[in-house]
Amino acid sequence: MMTLRFVATRLATLVITVFVSSLAIYGAMFLTPGDPATLLVGGSRSPDPEVLARIHREYHLDDPFIQGYWHWLSSCLQGDFGRSLVFRDSVADLIGARVGSTLALVGYAAVLVLTAGTVIGTMAALRGGRVEAFATALTAGAMAVPTFVMSVLLIWLFAVRLPWFPVYGSGEGFAGTISHLTLPAVALALTWIGYVAQVTRTAVRAELRAEHVETARGRGVPERIVIRRHVLHNASGPVFAVSGVGIAGLIATAAIAEQAFGTGGLGALMIDAAAKQDMAVVQAVSLLFVVVFVVINTTVDLISAALDPRLATREGAV
Amino acid sequence: MTTASFPRTIRRLPGVKRPAGRRRRDGVLLGAGCVVGLFVLLAALGPLLAPHDPNAVDPLNVNSASSSAHLLGTDDTGRDILSRVIVGARASLAAPAVIVAVSTTLGTLLALAAAWFGGWLDRFVTGVLDVVFGFPGLIMAVLVAAVFGAGLVAPIVALSIAYLPLFTRVVRAAAVKERNLPYISALLLLGASTSRIWLRHLLPNLLPLVLVQATIGFGYALIDVAAISFLGLGSRPPDPEWGLMVANGAPSILAGHPQPALFAGLAILVVVVAFNLLGTGLSRRLLGDRT
Repeated sequence: MMTLRFVATRLATLVITVFVSSLAIYGAMFLTPGDPATLLVGGSRSPDPEVLARIHREYHLDDPFIQGYWHWLSSCLQGDFGRSLVFRDSVADLIGARVGSTLALVGYAAVLVLTAGTVIGTMAALRGGRVEAFATALTAGAMAVPTFVMSVLLIWLFAVRLPWFPVYGSGEGFAGTISHLTLPAVALALTWIGYVAQVTRTAVRAELRAEHVETARGRGVPERIVIRRHVLHNASGPVFAVSGVGIAGLIATAAIAEQAFGTGGLGALMIDAAAKQDMAVVQAVSLLFVVVFVVINTTVDLISAALDPRLATREGAV
Repeated sequence: MTTASFPRTIRRLPGVKRPAGRRRRDGVLLGAGCVVGLFVLLAALGPLLAPHDPNAVDPLNVNSASSSAHLLGTDDTGRDILSRVIVGARASLAAPAVIVAVSTTLGTLLALAAAWFGGWLDRFVTGVLDVVFGFPGLIMAVLVAAVFGAGLVAPIVALSIAYLPLFTRVVRAAAVKERNLPYISALLLLGASTSRIWLRHLLPNLLPLVLVQATIGFGYALIDVAAISFLGLGSRPPDPEWGLMVANGAPSILAGHPQPALFAGLAILVVVVAFNLLGTGLSRRLLGDRT
């Protein structure tokens, strides 16, 4: 049984993290040496004073900080993220138009991480020898190449040298989406495939050497069943935990793959808005990313602890 | 007890060889150290060593292949790629160095304080760092860049904060272990002051761990800073910074000229792998880590 205390602590941490993050995301605007309103019209242009005055009223910039913050947060919670004067659209619409593309990309990459990562890791541990050495070298390589370098490498290899995949846009229909998102998803997923594969390999190896596995073999349980019921079943805990961390990581770095391949999702929107210093968009999208990131991490922690209650009692465990 | 002098290395008996695995690992450690040293040298002396001016454009000689004048060829405006990679070492290594220096120093102090005083301070530090951990570094950097504009200030500020929880957690765990060792109680009983214990005993004993963490962290910081420059929120053109070079070289790839992007990417990869191998090698050497 998972202790109630553990669940309560994790949920409290979640709420506090989101609260502090939202405070930081809102407060960041006031770190600018000038008028924060200039960031809300897009900092690079010189806005006319009338617009600035309207922004001041709309965003409650002349009220005390806490009041302005509360106004912003409660509007966000109601789905009103304000208007972007740079993109000339409401921030909610900007997000709505792009969230699908990001979800498809992250979902695709997550499937790759979960399947390729666990399969490679399990094969490496079960086969041993050359297969293991090869898989280890491959995963170490995958982890060492940064996502953006992998992106340009994949574009060169599989879009220019071998024109198998389109490079820009996010495609129409299911087949189009798959073909457009394959390279970005692979580039995004590779680091985490390597990571999950290594954790899987270590976990399966550890179980293979465990006493209960020897006992099962000694009892004459067929090797196939030993592997499935005893080895893989017991190794699944850490694999699940690291996969969850990986999927949260995919969300945090999706912006890089989106920018590299021009698939135009939420991450690309956030980067574009940051470059144009359009604070309303940056605030809304980064808040969204942080909330999703924290929620996934917390969910994974809770499920891990439910699967292996020792995690909930051991202090400072993952 | 403070000055017990053991010989630092036990001399090998004549005729006894080190095991092959150990020798190979020492070779890897040495090699990684040499590569890191080489790039630090490039960062220090880059402009003196580069064969050409990294920003000198040559409209008559764009996207040229490798030649004796341009060993790695030229980019889409005819700039020498080798010179840009060499001179770019400084911009590419300086920001991660600052980030690692800030976050390890601050992290070690926080970890020591949390481990030493325990109680509510420990809980407070751990809690704050858990919250910071929930904020991905890349997104923090984008947010800071939106406020201050593109430049290296944003990634340095954001990543120094984002890396703090990782360093502090590891050092804190080690510091708690160290603090509970009997020799600390003995020193306290002997009347040694807190500052003396910290400076003469705790810090020196934790230093190898901090060094290993900083070395491994450097590789990650390099990747993150380069990624932010790649996104157009870090170094500004025409600075030869590796992440920015990958971004600027991306359009040429579609025209069949991958050299500028790939050589800059290769430089990042080599440095990251070297720092990683150096970190794990040092970890084995200094901490006796067998993983």
